[in-house]
Amino acid sequence: MTKALSDPIQAGPLDLEFEPALREGASRRFWAGRNKYLLGAVCIVICLVLVTPIVLSVSASLKTTAEAAAVPPTYFPSELSLDNYDRLWNYGSGLPTYLRNSLVTAALTIVMTLALTVPAGYGLARFPVPGKEGMFIFLLLALIIPYQALLTPVFLMFSTLGLTNSLIGLAIVHTTIQLPFSLYIMRNAFEAVPRELEEAALVDGASSWQVLRRVFLPTMVPAVITVTLFAFVTSWNEFLGALVMLTRDTSLTLPLVLAAARSVTSLGSTDWGMLQAGVTVAIVPCVVVYLLLQRYYVSGLLTGAVK
Amino acid sequence: MTNRSRLTGFWYVLPALAFVILFTAWPFVQMVWISLNDWSLITPPTFVGFENYVDAFADSQFWISLRFTLKYTLLITPILMIGGYLISLLVTPNSGLSRLTRTVVFTPVVIGLGASSLLWYWLFSPNYGLINKFLTDLGLIDSPILWLGVDADLSNWAVIISITWKVLGFGMILFVAAIQAIPQEITEATMVDGAGFWQRVRKVILPLTRRTILLVTLVSVIGSLLAFDQFYIMTAGQPRNLTATSTFYVYLNSFPYLKLGYGAALSMILALIILGFTVVQMALTRRSNT
Repeated sequence: MTKALSDPIQAGPLDLEFEPALREGASRRFWAGRNKYLLGAVCIVICLVLVTPIVLSVSASLKTTAEAAAVPPTYFPSELSLDNYDRLWNYGSGLPTYLRNSLVTAALTIVMTLALTVPAGYGLARFPVPGKEGMFIFLLLALIIPYQALLTPVFLMFSTLGLTNSLIGLAIVHTTIQLPFSLYIMRNAFEAVPRELEEAALVDGASSWQVLRRVFLPTMVPAVITVTLFAFVTSWNEFLGALVMLTRDTSLTLPLVLAAARSVTSLGSTDWGMLQAGVTVAIVPCVVVYLLLQRYYVSGLLTGAVK
Repeated sequence: MTNRSRLTGFWYVLPALAFVILFTAWPFVQMVWISLNDWSLITPPTFVGFENYVDAFADSQFWISLRFTLKYTLLITPILMIGGYLISLLVTPNSGLSRLTRTVVFTPVVIGLGASSLLWYWLFSPNYGLINKFLTDLGLIDSPILWLGVDADLSNWAVIISITWKVLGFGMILFVAAIQAIPQEITEATMVDGAGFWQRVRKVILPLTRRTILLVTLVSVIGSLLAFDQFYIMTAGQPRNLTATSTFYVYLNSFPYLKLGYGAALSMILALIILGFTVVQMALTRRSNT
């Protein structure tokens, strides 16, 4: 069981650096005998096709109200306007409320995930805890039982605890989703630290907690960034859990508000311009964070592709 | 090591253990119990044994949802795997353009499924969407195609297109890493043999990246079997709940309909199917390792 679970994750290419530099010559030879201009053209076409939906959405969000509702639609705005963002800002309880809800939930998810997985990774990787392989498998339980299937009992538990319509409750659900992946990353990171560093500190009479703080945490920065990044993206984007747990308008997160705005608006029909403004607001933080921290994102994916 | 250090280690693991017991293991036990009861939230639960499970197998919507989910999974998985693999072959060499393509193809992966579904809901809209506009401008269609919510197959394809755009990069990035990890001597040796590119792919690259292929298949099959957001947003299960996936049907029963016992039984069946796939795939992954 242990082997079955950890194998697909540990072995294979997943422990390797993402880009073990292929030498330039070899790199060119990979495609030996192929027309490099043709291959370049294919790359460019793929990029254009993949990037088009995002460009169209962002540009639709900048159309005037009338142009956004035009039939047939225009590809690009003939005149730039922030009207759609204006309506989005005042939609329902107001965009600031929803943004705040999404950000608070993401922040709580990050804090809880780190508070649970940093010590657990430390304990599992550096101490001779009896039965720790079994414990590790148990902690990965959420991989085997998808959270989608557990929403009914969790919802009932949260209603008795008063955690429905609460961002803490939703953050707990998001932490459940994120826990196996994060624990994996953390345990691997703790295991990678050489024993000598730890022993020197222990000889000096430091407690295990001091060793964690002074010796390990500085080397854990990349792992902490990876876990934070994935927890943020998961929480910011998660839909079904929020749909089940949140019903009061003032506690909704951004994805729920947008899904609601799809069908119901003050005009009785879909406000397409505002909808694309909302999609843009939802997309931008994820894309920016990804582009800035791409290295952590990719290495995290390679280490914990079990997600 | 001393008993003390064993205990110390345990204390560090304890919060995570408590969390998983409280929010994963205990709810699972409760779900088993709920699934054996007739319970509509307003009335108190009454124990009915396996009646909910029996009902599920006689429920035509249960089968419609399951069949639709399987069909969606069977259609999208090969597209994602073959598409992702072909792109990964294209962008494996570390040139500037390759790196750019990798970044661009991967970008939709980080976007939320909710946001991407709303984006495509708009693109596929009959009168306001740019897909029909584009097809009309090309002269391919005369009247708008009703992509979503009218015909189940057409809706399915529209969702498949949107999800392919969204998750193609996931497999690609893992495949690129796997191909780059192939020792260079092996690749060079086959080149000396004068093997052509596709021959190298077939004889060397594919076999040596087998376990990654299996892993990505596992992840994407499970993801597709649990599909919800994209259908909830793009089709709302229409027409006539023909595009309501299994997770969607669990959601409908448990929450809007408040049939908690029945919803829990459906959840259990879904969880077992997922478990079945996990086990089969893990066995395959393991065998290919030896």
